[in-house]
Amino acid sequence: MYRDRTTTKASRWLATAAGLALTVLATVSAKAQDTIKVGILHSLSGTMAISETTLKDVVLMLIDEQNKKGGLLGKKLEAVVVDPASNWPLFAEKARELIDKDKVSVVFGCWTSVSRKSVLPVFKELNSVLFYPVQFEGEEGERNVFYTGAAPNQQAIPAVDYLMSADGGSVKRWVLEGTDYVYPRTTNKVLEAYLKQKGVADADIMINYTPFGFSDWQTEVSKIKAFGSAGKKTAVVSTVNGDANVPFYKELGNQGIKATDIPVMAFSVGEEELAGLDTKPLVGHLAAWNYFESIKTPANEAFIKEWHDFTKNPKRTTNDPMEAHYIGFNMWVQAVQKAGTTDPDKVIAALPGIKQANLTGGISEMLPNHYITKPVFIGEIRGDGQFNVVWKTKGLVPGDAWSPYLPGSKDLVADWVKLKCGNYNTVTKTCGGS
Amino acid sequence: MPPSRIQNMIRRTEAIMVQKEPEPRSVNTGMDHVSFREFAMRLCRACIVVLLLVFAFASSYGTAHAESFDEALAHFTADDFDETITGINEIVASGNPRAEPIIRALKDGHLMFSAEKKAVYIQDDSGKLTDAATGQPITGDAPADVDTVRLSNRVRGSIDAALGGLTLLSSDPAKRMSAAEAVFKSRDASVLPTLEAAIAKEQDASVKRVLLQARAAITLSSDTASDADKLAAVEIIGNRGDQDALGLLSSLPSNSSPAVAEAAAAAVAAIQKRLILWDTVQNAWYGLSLGSVLLLAAIGLAITFGVMGVINMAHGEMVMIGAYVTFVVQDTIRDSYPRLFDYSLAIAIPLAFVVAGCVGILVERTIIRFLYGRPLETLLATWGLSLILQQAVRTMFGPNNREVGNPSFMSGAFDLGGITITYNRLWIICFALAVFVALLGLLRYTRFGLEMRAVTQNRPMAASMGIRTARIDALTFGLGSGIAGMAGVALSQIDNVSPNLGQGYIIDSFMVVVFGGVGNLWGTLVGSFLLGIANKFLEPVAGAVLGKIAILVLIILFIQKRPRGMFALKGRAVEA
Repeated sequence: MYRDRTTTKASRWLATAAGLALTVLATVSAKAQDTIKVGILHSLSGTMAISETTLKDVVLMLIDEQNKKGGLLGKKLEAVVVDPASNWPLFAEKARELIDKDKVSVVFGCWTSVSRKSVLPVFKELNSVLFYPVQFEGEEGERNVFYTGAAPNQQAIPAVDYLMSADGGSVKRWVLEGTDYVYPRTTNKVLEAYLKQKGVADADIMINYTPFGFSDWQTEVSKIKAFGSAGKKTAVVSTVNGDANVPFYKELGNQGIKATDIPVMAFSVGEEELAGLDTKPLVGHLAAWNYFESIKTPANEAFIKEWHDFTKNPKRTTNDPMEAHYIGFNMWVQAVQKAGTTDPDKVIAALPGIKQANLTGGISEMLPNHYITKPVFIGEIRGDGQFNVVWKTKGLVPGDAWSPYLPGSKDLVADWVKLKCGNYNTVTKTCGGS
Repeated sequence: MPPSRIQNMIRRTEAIMVQKEPEPRSVNTGMDHVSFREFAMRLCRACIVVLLLVFAFASSYGTAHAESFDEALAHFTADDFDETITGINEIVASGNPRAEPIIRALKDGHLMFSAEKKAVYIQDDSGKLTDAATGQPITGDAPADVDTVRLSNRVRGSIDAALGGLTLLSSDPAKRMSAAEAVFKSRDASVLPTLEAAIAKEQDASVKRVLLQARAAITLSSDTASDADKLAAVEIIGNRGDQDALGLLSSLPSNSSPAVAEAAAAAVAAIQKRLILWDTVQNAWYGLSLGSVLLLAAIGLAITFGVMGVINMAHGEMVMIGAYVTFVVQDTIRDSYPRLFDYSLAIAIPLAFVVAGCVGILVERTIIRFLYGRPLETLLATWGLSLILQQAVRTMFGPNNREVGNPSFMSGAFDLGGITITYNRLWIICFALAVFVALLGLLRYTRFGLEMRAVTQNRPMAASMGIRTARIDALTFGLGSGIAGMAGVALSQIDNVSPNLGQGYIIDSFMVVVFGGVGNLWGTLVGSFLLGIANKFLEPVAGAVLGKIAILVLIILFIQKRPRGMFALKGRAVEA
């Protein structure tokens, strides 16, 4: 029958195609033996492409640079780029493909916490190494993951401390405004516990959540305005994510809320997000990060120049997660050199204690809990979409895997060097396992 | 001469006096004990000291002023927020006429300093530097280490307070108004004399009211004012009746007398009562505004889905295309004809209609016309198409948000009673209604509208009357898409212009069309405004997330009861 004939035809085509693909694969793997493969697991399409595409480019640049220095262990580095398309289950599939099929030695990837959670079982099962570059809610200590982004105590807590100080305006009333998902909810829980410990009354804390991609901020902003008119200095701590920030700031500007009246401290707004925005009405609003493009150090200037050369675009901005990949990548290179191999177990053992100069003039160190030490900066939005640093921590802050302010995690520590455990309970003296 | 040097001089003369202290006693004891010559000499010496002092003061007064001003300026070169604030206060205290331009430049980020040369400059828009102290252009090259004096919110607070004090007597009423508002906020008692002078001189009633409010604010936060003054102040502030007044009255110093506290509490209660009323009005306004956005997003879909019955999942992407057309238009204007910027939207609207309309016609001709009567396939095909369009835009323009500016007539806000109305929202409501009326007119009074209605009502009959139904289908789909494109122009003013723009509106659009009644434009109008207002009244109570869920649940319940929406189309067309 007609239909059957097409099926056979199609399957014959399929077989030929598969054969061809196999031949190609074989050639690739023959060539692959003298390279070390580095996996890049960042979304290049879908909602998260706005943030993650840049991170793919920066890892490509770092690989390129390392190859110019003569590669690693006498071999060239080779990038394997996959596109998980902002689709969380696809992250796990693509991670498996990278480790199992492409045999990569290390993976740099993920942005959202849900994508990281989705790939965790894969990395555990296949025993590989993931570098995660984004600020997040903490409360995790995995053996296979190295967290180069900020834990809450490396971003949220110092930011709140700054707002409470005389320089930050001695804030007494707090709006915790966030997008409704795991990072803002956990961060706000940590912050709420911290504020209450500092003697802030319940009535002086307002917590609001909005959906992803929220665009009609009129009611929310007028709520903030009303909350701020109780005669006490008020500030907004914003964990609003991604696209929703632009209409949020536009509405703030429209309703005439100035940074001198009610400053907004953002944890997810960086140079990239401001690029799509007229920043003049926003001047003076704040952001807390571990890196700003405007920080003047020789290392940062060299990095920015290289980035512009690599992307052939002198206007491309740099941001905090890019620096995290810079630190993470160089730490991994050092660890491989120290271990003399890319074997995951040996690299994981070699990583804690590795020191790497960051771009803002300090030396970051990989800690036994797989977090790193970072400086914390408070930046103010400038008219040109960059940030002015108005405050920074003295020295570097070590990242906490488990928050001491949450009842569920205050007794937990992660230590993969002495305790060999990611959630050791210091009271019961047992390892929770996974 | 710096004040410290004058102080030294006084100290030295005092020392001379003290040295001679034992002798006056002998003067008192009588002339005969002291020779007249000695007395004369002492008198002479005292005279010289006095003269010297007078001379020193006279000669140094002018320079002392200038030097304290220069010293105040030098604080700006320290690159330290505390020093900058000291500098602002000292410059204001100096009374120098350059104070206002310098502090204004500081506010605008035009005040520059060179740490090496210990000099402060003002930079104009073209990047030229003038000496801050003299206002003269600098000679020779600018120092290499010139940098902007950095600001923080604390510094900005000091700047606003200082500018308020400095511009209270300005000749421009708008400046006086903002100065009075700044003093109201800063409650700085040191500007009280200037404030009194300003109140005495003020002719403009509205400015005078704010000036009096500013004085009342200072009185309320002072410790020395009498209760009678404070009670009068509470009344003035109470009459202001906005949220700032509420903040001020609810944070009175704890040592206020019971009478004042009672009056303040009564005023707070009165303001709150008034604000609750205005809150309702404001929610209704926000609802109208959200409704107009929903109407804009849905009205194109009311044509493609409502009239033609095509489940067009790529509808949101047509909106996105319109927004990107706006970006391209603005980008071209910025580069080549910056003076036309305020007209950019007027240019973008027809262009967006044409571009999105053409894309719509293309889609209809190449994909949708093969799928008429197969809703599931149409749904999947258009959904795939939406992904293709998104990724195409992402490849062409990059994944990042693109900046679309508001023309000047759409920026800012005005106060109407107790609510703030932003111009961009107001214009979007007008635009949405205009599009609606135009579309209604098109359907009713034009030949194309007639043919379109004929085809949707009875296709075979329309065809037999000589209407080319295929062409009408393509044009109708193009019309729906073109309207979505125009909506994109409006939405670019309040939302991100990114490849994901359309996704946020597709669900809302279907919601409105289904709720309003498929195939009925009036249903779409009423539906969008009803949903908008319901949403905005639910949001303050339930929060944004729960509010949205509640709306969806309500719609589901409503559809159970009336499956065809609010305004169901009756007749044979529905059965077909």
